[in-house]
Amino acid sequence: MGGEFMFFIETTISGVMAGVMYSLVALGFVLIFKASGIFNFAQGVLCLFAALTLVGLMEKFGLPGWLAIILTACVMAGVAWLIERLVLQHLVNQDPIILFMATIGLAYVLEGVGDIVWGSDVKVLDLGIPQGAMDWAWDNWNLYVEKLEIVAAFVAALLVTVLAIFFQKTRIGRALRAVADDHQAALSVGISLRSIWVIVWTVAGIVALVAGIMWGTKSGVQFSLSLIALKALPVLILGGFTSVPGAIVGGLIIGVGEKWAEVYVGPLVGGAIENWFAYMLALAFLLVRPQGLFGEKIIERV
Amino acid sequence: MIYRETGQYKTSYAADQAIFPIAQDRWVVLALGAVAFILVPVMIDDYWANAIFLPLLCYTMAALGLNILVGYCGQISLGTGGFMAVGAYASYKLMTTFPGLDFALIVIAAGVITAAVGVLFGLPSLRIKGFYLAVATLAAQFFLVWLFNKVGWFYNYNATGQITAPPAESFGLVVTGAATNTSTTYLFCLTFVAVFALMAKNLVRSRVGRSWMAIRDMDIAAEIIGVRPLRAKLSAFAVSSFYVGMAGALYFGVWLGSAEPTEAFGIDQSFLVLFMIIIGGLGSILGSFLGAAFMVLMPILLKNFMVDGLAMSAVLAKHVEITLMGVLIIFFLIVEPHGLARLWQLAKEKLRLWPFPY
Repeated sequence: MGGEFMFFIETTISGVMAGVMYSLVALGFVLIFKASGIFNFAQGVLCLFAALTLVGLMEKFGLPGWLAIILTACVMAGVAWLIERLVLQHLVNQDPIILFMATIGLAYVLEGVGDIVWGSDVKVLDLGIPQGAMDWAWDNWNLYVEKLEIVAAFVAALLVTVLAIFFQKTRIGRALRAVADDHQAALSVGISLRSIWVIVWTVAGIVALVAGIMWGTKSGVQFSLSLIALKALPVLILGGFTSVPGAIVGGLIIGVGEKWAEVYVGPLVGGAIENWFAYMLALAFLLVRPQGLFGEKIIERV
Repeated sequence: MIYRETGQYKTSYAADQAIFPIAQDRWVVLALGAVAFILVPVMIDDYWANAIFLPLLCYTMAALGLNILVGYCGQISLGTGGFMAVGAYASYKLMTTFPGLDFALIVIAAGVITAAVGVLFGLPSLRIKGFYLAVATLAAQFFLVWLFNKVGWFYNYNATGQITAPPAESFGLVVTGAATNTSTTYLFCLTFVAVFALMAKNLVRSRVGRSWMAIRDMDIAAEIIGVRPLRAKLSAFAVSSFYVGMAGALYFGVWLGSAEPTEAFGIDQSFLVLFMIIIGGLGSILGSFLGAAFMVLMPILLKNFMVDGLAMSAVLAKHVEITLMGVLIIFFLIVEPHGLARLWQLAKEKLRLWPFPY
């Protein structure tokens, strides 16, 4: 096999892995959009906030990793409860755009609070997740495969499986799907919207924590972590706002497409195209399927 | 007692359709206009112009444009920063290519160029709706900023990649560059904003404006009663981008003087202008003014209060400022989701009955 081809394989694999990382963030968006119809722009900042809290707990109090993760999950649950209490509860039945802007406001608050509490310098997150090249792939085929990304892929697969079981098999999961389907009908059979929202934001917070751990290990915990939300948005519209599989498949398409474009198209036009290429790709898909690949068909009535 | 329309009879259709049908409103607007056009230019100094009045006017222009698209036509756009960049770079290229051209003409031409770009990026709106469209407009934002960073032709191949406004005149007065008079630049921007706000006000109550609102309220129903979605949506994108482009030209040429695409026209700008129209009031011309004022003045007040009043360090103050901005935004959305313009309207309703509400 020629080096050219190996390079192509390597590019594709790293694209798939990057896609998994995007999917992790997009997953949080989908959960909240499904359950409450809120386009949650704060998801990226939630990742940052979770990662900051985790690092802070480990550094300042010297807690072991597992304990810090559990505590951070509790903090995220607290944040979810506060968000429901202080913000969402007062904005029931408002226009989607108002809720969207409220989540941007929320993003400012979380960012500011995170910085005030934990400081805004770049922090290293080290949970003992292996990093560097996979040795056997490198030795046998001369392929560079990043260990961290393999771990991320496994974690993502695990997360999606757990979420799928949670949604399909548990009582709360069924209640969540009922709310996603029809708020009013769910209310009328006795499902409490408010507790459901707290739960879904908690779950999104924990997903954010996982994404924050992966991204934080990869590139350090700092403000730019919140910008991965911008990376997840094209994934989201490509897959459809309401589809968990869509978030995964969308992430893979965007990840691979972006890497190919970076390597094969980028040099032709002067580079740094990864900022907008994903959006253009998603836009092209949307022109064919306006509700995203897996989104529910938009039925319009007068 | 004072604010009452009793006894003000309208005897012609023109009087009935006036922008301010109540005499007290007219007096207030005239008084405000007099203050803005006569009193402020006399009093203004560099700090007030650069920190408050020029940003206020530039952002008002941008907010007017975005309000036409989002507030009146219901198409959410997150590409405002990118379109402002188009206006800025168009004005820069025009200024450097035709050095003698009147700057007022350049601003309008920059608006026209931005309108063309806006129509291009508005095309997907015919097929994509709601938040899908909002995210799709981010494509415009990132693509345009990347373009202005990468293609040397736009910044005349200079070494820094920045653009700096050369001196340009309008009606014989220097309005851009280093040697400007504060009152002149202020009056120049003010004239633009006043004229085009008036035009926007009239546009949104015309046939075109009504077709936008029909599309906003329910596009399928609008289509059935004979509003052409293609024409309505694209004209909204065109007019909106025209305003935003002019705002970009003023923002770069008159206020900043020099700009660098990633910083000056990033996605934060898009969100800032979106906040202005939402806090000010969607679908309201007055709201664009109020929202811009709120979002320009609030950070300055917060900062002054915290750094000078509470003697905080600058870094901490920055973080507290971000947090408080977020809190204030959420607070305003909860208290009045329809914006400051709606509050003003409610106040007027109350004033008409005051002090005898029955």
